[in-house]
Amino acid sequence: MTAASTFDPSSSPVVKKSGAGADRLFELITAGAAWFVLILLVAIAISMAWGGRLAFHTFSWRFITSADWDAVGGHFGALVPIYGTLVTSAIALIIAVPVSIGIALFLTDIAPRWSRAPIAVAIELLAAIPSIIYGMWGLFVFAPFMATHVEPWLSDHLGNKAIIGPLFSGPPIGIGMLTAGIVLGIMVIPFIAAVAREVFSAVPPPLRESAVALGSTRWEVLKSVTLPYTRSALIGAVFLGLGRALGETMAVTFVLGNAHDLSGSLLMPSNSIAAAIANEFTEADTDLYRSSLIALGFLLFVVTFIVLTIAKLLLLRINKQMGRTH
Amino acid sequence: MAIPARRRTADVIAFMFATLATLLGLVFLFWILWMTLREGAASLSPRLFTEMTPPPGESGGILNALYGSFVMIALGVVIGAPIGVAAGTYLAEHGRHSRVAAVSSFINDILLSAPSIVIGLFVYELVVKPFGHFSGFAGALSLAIILLPIVVRTTEESLRLIPDTMREAGFALGLPRWRVTRHILYKAAMSAIVTGVLLGVARIAGETAPLLFTALNNQFWSADLNAPLANLPVVIFQYAMSPYDEWHTLAWAAAFVLTAFVLILNILVRLLARKGRYR
Repeated sequence: MTAASTFDPSSSPVVKKSGAGADRLFELITAGAAWFVLILLVAIAISMAWGGRLAFHTFSWRFITSADWDAVGGHFGALVPIYGTLVTSAIALIIAVPVSIGIALFLTDIAPRWSRAPIAVAIELLAAIPSIIYGMWGLFVFAPFMATHVEPWLSDHLGNKAIIGPLFSGPPIGIGMLTAGIVLGIMVIPFIAAVAREVFSAVPPPLRESAVALGSTRWEVLKSVTLPYTRSALIGAVFLGLGRALGETMAVTFVLGNAHDLSGSLLMPSNSIAAAIANEFTEADTDLYRSSLIALGFLLFVVTFIVLTIAKLLLLRINKQMGRTH
Repeated sequence: MAIPARRRTADVIAFMFATLATLLGLVFLFWILWMTLREGAASLSPRLFTEMTPPPGESGGILNALYGSFVMIALGVVIGAPIGVAAGTYLAEHGRHSRVAAVSSFINDILLSAPSIVIGLFVYELVVKPFGHFSGFAGALSLAIILLPIVVRTTEESLRLIPDTMREAGFALGLPRWRVTRHILYKAAMSAIVTGVLLGVARIAGETAPLLFTALNNQFWSADLNAPLANLPVVIFQYAMSPYDEWHTLAWAAAFVLTAFVLILNILVRLLARKGRYR
């Protein structure tokens, strides 16, 4: 090949000296690290499935349909932790979604400009507080508060109503699914509020201005322009919050009561997948017991993976719509 | 033209609700911080930093837990941060348009929110079970896995913010790509990457769930990474869940130290990031 025909950087003396091989090596190392992230996720899934295989093999479908969790007898049915996880996460979302949208609205439309950044930081700090602190506060401060001020009222006023009555019956002990759900709700507020605020402020001003020009009130602008425009991102944010709520461990462990009883009342202690693992794993004395707890971890991982994937896909869509690349 | 009363009422209700929602968030923030401050400050004493965690019913300190947490966080950063920076570099630079990078970036976001307790179980299966005992090293490894996606994300984002003209300027000087990345891009993105690592430290400092079955806990002074290692979060968990008043007091003190560390780090990082932006 003649030297002048094409320019090949690797034959250039300057480049060779500073290392085309080094360039290749650098790319290999960084690519290896990127692959590592992928492999890590797959490895976690495989090791959970492998660790839980004894439980899945022994109980097959009864593992998720049976509510019988008996360490002494060697029967493990995960219905109670699954139920507790779903109920507490549902309570968390019922609280966190409207509150987060309210916060986002307040920060984009209502608050005086100078106060927006400090308030936004304060809300974000809610996400920075370690979950164990939420748990301790929940156990020593919030659960007693619920037991003395909120739960007696709930069971007096709602406990005897038709349909919803059974949800609020039972002794007001403070520890239970309602308290856990509320604590979870507070914990996921910053995650949903951050996304909601970001997409609210990314709505093109002409859209909102034209609605205002047509005589809309601010509430009507929100209802007819902002919310429809940001819908998929908001649903993505809700799924993001759900993913957090499902997997949250410490806060829930403190206030849920670690009871393996299936109860219709939100005031009763229950269990969650994460709390069961945290409470019982180091005490699990048989292979089957340990395997059942890892199988729970597998279920949790698969469910949060699906939820977070949906969240991410929805959030990617709005980013494309708003003309951003990532 | 006046707006009908019904529409005006809806407007007022919506905005009152938004204000109340924000107040609610702030109330909970300050409620939690105030309780931690009040209970924690009351239990603070010099002994906290000079004595080991006590047996049931006695008072003592948390020196061994502070040391264990420090060692595991440091080791977690040493393991997790370089891999995270390298992966983030690939996603933003060499692999910018590749499929692997796109998938990896997606998966990284899922790891970012993955339940930390599952990561604890994973490290248990990977390290604790084969070696037959809990260890500080296993704890550090699980913290590294939690730190990793945070560093990947911030590295990728900060590198993407650098305009391509910077890269082109480097190439025009005849620099190979890795030198452009190392000497130009990393320099430009350094403060953002450090910010990411520090936020990651704030996050792993409070992680409890993954340490429960990896580092476990140790009531005594131990610097052995190959043995169970005391750490702040698990001490708080065990002592708060115990029936002893002395342990509760100590748990509050430890919670105060942990919260103060995490919040101060968060606020410092935000201030630094803001200063960097306007420089």
